[in-house]
Amino acid sequence: MALLEVRNMTHWFGGLRAVHNYNLTIEKGQIRGLIGPNGAGKTTIFNLITGVYHPTEGTILLEGEDITHLEPNEIASRGLGRTFQNMRLWRYLTVLEHVKMARYSKLTYGLVGAFFGTAKREAEEKANTELAMELLDLVGAAQFADQLVTSLPYGIQRRVELARALATEPKVLFLDEPTAGMNPEELIQMMEIIRKVHDQIGMAIFLIEHRMKFVMELCETIQTLNFGEVIAEGTPEEIRNNPVVIEAYLGKEVEV
Amino acid sequence: MTTETVSPPSTRQRFRAALLKAWEPYRSVPLLGWLVAILVAVGLERLVGLPLAYLLGMSKVPALLGVVVVLSDPIRIPSVLIYILLIYVVPIGLVARFTAPLFNRIAAYLMRYPLLVTALVHLLLLYADLHLWASISDYRILVARLTMIAIIVTLSLNLVNGYMGEFSCSHPGFMALGAYTASVFTLVLFVNDNRFGEAIFPPSWGPYFFPVGLVLGGVVSAIGALLVAIPSFRTRGDYLAIISLAFMFVVKSLFENMEVVGGARGVANQPDYATLPIVFVWTVLSVWIMNNFVRSTMGKALNAVRDDELAATAMTVDTRKTKMVAFLFAAFWAGVAGGLFAHVLHYINPDTFGIRKLAEVLAMVYFGGLNSVTGSIVGAVSLNLISEALRPLEIYKWIIIPIMLILIMIYRPTGLVAFTEFEIEKLFLPKGETSKGAGHGTA
Ligand SMILES: Nc1ncnc2c1ncn2[C@@H]1O[C@H](COP(=O)(O)OP(=O)(O)OP(=O)(O)O)[C@@H](O)[C@H]1O
Ligand SMILES: [Mg+2]
Repeated sequence: MALLEVRNMTHWFGGLRAVHNYNLTIEKGQIRGLIGPNGAGKTTIFNLITGVYHPTEGTILLEGEDITHLEPNEIASRGLGRTFQNMRLWRYLTVLEHVKMARYSKLTYGLVGAFFGTAKREAEEKANTELAMELLDLVGAAQFADQLVTSLPYGIQRRVELARALATEPKVLFLDEPTAGMNPEELIQMMEIIRKVHDQIGMAIFLIEHRMKFVMELCETIQTLNFGEVIAEGTPEEIRNNPVVIEAYLGKEVEV
Repeated sequence: MTTETVSPPSTRQRFRAALLKAWEPYRSVPLLGWLVAILVAVGLERLVGLPLAYLLGMSKVPALLGVVVVLSDPIRIPSVLIYILLIYVVPIGLVARFTAPLFNRIAAYLMRYPLLVTALVHLLLLYADLHLWASISDYRILVARLTMIAIIVTLSLNLVNGYMGEFSCSHPGFMALGAYTASVFTLVLFVNDNRFGEAIFPPSWGPYFFPVGLVLGGVVSAIGALLVAIPSFRTRGDYLAIISLAFMFVVKSLFENMEVVGGARGVANQPDYATLPIVFVWTVLSVWIMNNFVRSTMGKALNAVRDDELAATAMTVDTRKTKMVAFLFAAFWAGVAGGLFAHVLHYINPDTFGIRKLAEVLAMVYFGGLNSVTGSIVGAVSLNLISEALRPLEIYKWIIIPIMLILIMIYRPTGLVAFTEFEIEKLFLPKGETSKGAGHGTA
């Protein structure tokens, strides 16, 4: 049984077919990539799998269980963590609070603890602080723990977002263009961080990227999407040399 | 070097520098020191306040720092200033300054005990201050209690309008539910009343069961909140403002048409259960519990939902539950505050809980500061006192207060002390011996 399996998923936005007959299997610990031109439907696929939208047709199975119609928070607590193309950090929370927030569904102190500040709450909040600090350390953002995110450089904000997603303890981590807007130096750092995270935690990763260097180096297999349909799937080598892919996508890419 | 650009300091800068310098010694006064200093001042007022007032040509002790006196009779300005200087400013300044080392040591010593002990010591002192200050006149006792109730209402509305970032208008409705429930509870059970008949239990039990009545009021109000919350939080969007406003009017006309509780004439004769210490205890309790809530990860989830709901759900936050809990919780405290309010005024009618009350509460929330416990306390206390003090101006009061609000909105759009955390454990700390302001203090 695959860790995550998507079967024949199709999604319509009104009259627009954003995703058509999409299939995916991810095994434990795999890193897979999703590429495709702008507007191909990559983010929509992430949103469908993580429950932001519910697909018009198709099923999504996590460890054999149907999660197609669950709410995003339920899907996240079952082990699909994600980052966003445009980050979506919280304006008035500190870096540490961001990471701790992603532990929400794991809190057990309940309302009594929230209202009266019980010993159980103290212990749990403390454990979560420690765990959050470890994750921040892992992505190299620990020294910013007490700052608001808005004051931080872009590259650091991306790392905070990664740490936040990690705090949900994902079995599959979805990264939507983790290097968007980064300079080449930040890009290399991000690549190393993702490698390190993968080595240490060992979750599966599914990532969307436009930067070919990044995808080709990190991913075991890559799917290429165009107009909501997978037009090619294979190892980086196969994708690089696939004429269909080159025509639809890589041909226009300057950075290859 | 930029020596050529240095111009002589302007009068304003010099004034600022002088103020800072004068303030310097007071930086090292811990909260404990301030509380004791105030105790000395209010004690002094107790002893010599009245004779001093007579001496200065006033007929009684100026109730709220003399603003009322000054506004109705400007010729008294010098007398009031002398009074304030002699009774408050000088004693507080002297005591705070010269006892600072002592109270720093005591505060440091208290730190060795659990936070609860320190907190209780501070609260007892705070209550002593309040009690001595208020018990000089019935008017002060009334103002003090209404102000504390305003703190509860303001903070609970801040949970929704600030922390959660939605706009709710139903707080007067929640207060009404709490006020009527608690009133009926005490009048039916413990009072011989011509509307509700003979008391069921001995009236002397009343004060002991008063908390039950208040909590009941809170619960009824939370149930009312459920009626607002279910349709409002089902879908994303700004339905809450409209639905909650409608709710407020529905509650008001509900009570207007309920003859059992007097219809538009309202209910009177609530016994005097909401005394100064009782209101104080409930205020402290509510601030403590609400502050606990907003500082927990469960409470901070409100901020996450407000700032980016999609990200919150993707990080496992149950947004609907989070909003529901906070909204019902806020309504509960508004209900408790309503119950206290009814027993302070001994009279309520549906009109008390209308659009005027809503304007008052909203003003206090936005004036004091969104998303801040300190802000709500500041907002409630300052607007309450200002509004009391400006009473002699009658109609002009309703020009001055809105102008103040507009100014706040222009210069500090989120309120006076918005987006700060109320860190109780830091409040009680001893203060370093002017070490913090090392830059200024060189003579
Ligand atoms: N909520 C929505 N409602 C209607 N149409 C949408 C919605 N979200 C996305 N679309 C459309 O679906 C298509 C796919 O969008 P999507 O954001 O998934 O593309 P993408 O591959 O992530 O592109 P990019 O590389 O620019 O991020 C686009 O045509 C887009 O306009
Ligand atoms: Mg996208």
